Amino acid sequence: MSQPLLKAESLTIAFAGIKAADNVSLEIEKGEFLAIIGPNGSGKTTFLNLCTGYIRPVSGEVYLEGEPITGWAPRRIARQGIARAFQIPQLFTDQTVRSNLLLAIASRQGVWDGLKPLARRRYQEEADELLELLGLSAHADAIAGTLPEGLRKLADITLALALKPRLLLLDEPTSGVSALERFSIMETLMNAMRTKGLTALFVEHDMEIVERYADRVLVWNSGSILAQGKPAEVLQDPRVVETVVGVA
Amino acid sequence: MKILYALFAAAFAALAIVPFAAPWLQFVLTIAIAKGFAAVGVALLLRAGLISIGHAMFYAAGAYTAAFIVLRSGISDLFVLLIASTLVTAVIGALVGAYLVRYRAIFFAMLNLAVSMVFFALLSKLYGITGGTDGLRVPVPTVLGMTLTKAGFDIVLFYVALALMAIIAGLGVQFLKSPLGHAVGAIHTNEVRLEYLGVSAWSVLLIAYTISAALAGLGGAIAAVSIGHVLPDYAYWTESGHLVLTAVLGGIGGVAGPFIGSIFLEIVHTVAVGVAHNAWNLIMGATLLLVIFFLPQGLYGLVTKSADKTSSAKLGENKS
Ligand SMILES: Nc1ncnc2c1ncn2[C@@H]1O[C@H](COP(=O)(O)OP(=O)(O)O)[C@@H](O)[C@H]1O
Ligand SMILES: [Mg+2]
Repeated sequence: MSQPLLKAESLTIAFAGIKAADNVSLEIEKGEFLAIIGPNGSGKTTFLNLCTGYIRPVSGEVYLEGEPITGWAPRRIARQGIARAFQIPQLFTDQTVRSNLLLAIASRQGVWDGLKPLARRRYQEEADELLELLGLSAHADAIAGTLPEGLRKLADITLALALKPRLLLLDEPTSGVSALERFSIMETLMNAMRTKGLTALFVEHDMEIVERYADRVLVWNSGSILAQGKPAEVLQDPRVVETVVGVA
Repeated sequence: MKILYALFAAAFAALAIVPFAAPWLQFVLTIAIAKGFAAVGVALLLRAGLISIGHAMFYAAGAYTAAFIVLRSGISDLFVLLIASTLVTAVIGALVGAYLVRYRAIFFAMLNLAVSMVFFALLSKLYGITGGTDGLRVPVPTVLGMTLTKAGFDIVLFYVALALMAIIAGLGVQFLKSPLGHAVGAIHTNEVRLEYLGVSAWSVLLIAYTISAALAGLGGAIAAVSIGHVLPDYAYWTESGHLVLTAVLGGIGGVAGPFIGSIFLEIVHTVAVGVAHNAWNLIMGATLLLVIFFLPQGLYGLVTKSADKTSSAKLGENKS
């Protein structure tokens, strides 16, 4: 019997009286590439924050392969196999991309090794491989903070991938990037996902991208799920067209 | 890089002949190195973006530990004193740190200050244990079973301090290149990302804090046996401020920075006090202003920059 990789049950949280998650329940199956769409401020990022322990729900539970992880600290959830890339890339901006990545790779063992260099052969090889996979090899030695947004997003995703997660959460991987670049980022990303056999959830604004890449799509509105299903069907749903597609 | 090492080796050699070439500098340099250890500790926390305005308490803790051991237990071997003081201070640092490293920014700075003021008050008031404001006299330690004259001991201590500085600098350089060393800096740049990599910023900081306290303790113990007297003033908040200043002035870009800053300041201090007693604060202030405006990387930045220039000039590719 296979249980869902991630299960959220009746998650609820409000900020200043506004419900950013209103009794949200959903399941993510292994191997799935799930998209979340919805207007700005509908609670998409909040949902990722709830799943990764950045904020605690007022009520509800999150399970990772059956294990309740609600209320755990982000570092503990990260160690359990949920990795995240952020809407605004979170990098060690004063370090090179490679150095960022090396630290991510090292952190799988905890970073308690205080005497051997971070830039050791085994980590370097793994970093090179990942940089290659994400098309960042040419920028490996650039200071992360100096890169354009699209590349910073990719670097951020690479850090998450370096953790070898069971589940990858991506918050608008293609926002802040020209329409042209979006597809190349997505192609790179999908290639990496397939190579690693990953399960992922991604928040996205671009309907074409959702339609082309997602196995399933969830439509968020005011902190709850308005509709879900196959992209081709959901994106035709008049309610969805009205709240999301028309707006975006 | 090679030029940099050559530069350090030359500086080290120059320091090593001080007891013969400039005996008056020997004591000044011993104290400079002692304070340098504490400043390296402060610099480590600065890399994490945390300013401790209380680290003189660990310097004092190391000094008093050394004094207590000699006076109470009768053990008087220099090496035992240094090792024991460092370890005891590390334990104190871990205890204080466990509470303080939850805090950031101004809260961290002020809490360190507050704890150090309590520590200072205890040293001053607990007359029966600490000798109160008179402090404690520290007899000249033995060295590996040998009883030395004060003058002889001072020379030995100078070289021991010099050797320890080289060892700590070597280990420090390694540490900063290690995953843990990078994690310390990562707390400054992006703590959220670090946590999302599964790393506990609290644990990383606790280790850094403990190391920084231990280094200050080592420095304090060296000062105690060099001066032969420990006082509550060792823990006074102005001393903590001095350590921050030393670290910033020297530069936190490399382990050598705080030592350079400390040696520079002690020499300027000695000269200034001799030449123009009342102008010390003025000279200090002016020096600091110059460094902040012209050398944002500290004196260490000056050293690495000139080393860079020399090496690129040699390669015939003047970058600047
Ligand atoms: N930590 C927070 N504190 C207060 N309000 C928040 C916080 N996080 C999100 N919100 C609010 O919750 C709502 C949902 O935000 P968010 O999840 O970021 O939306 P989305 O990612 O869908 O654009 C918004 O009204 C936002 O202002
Ligand atoms: Mg968002």
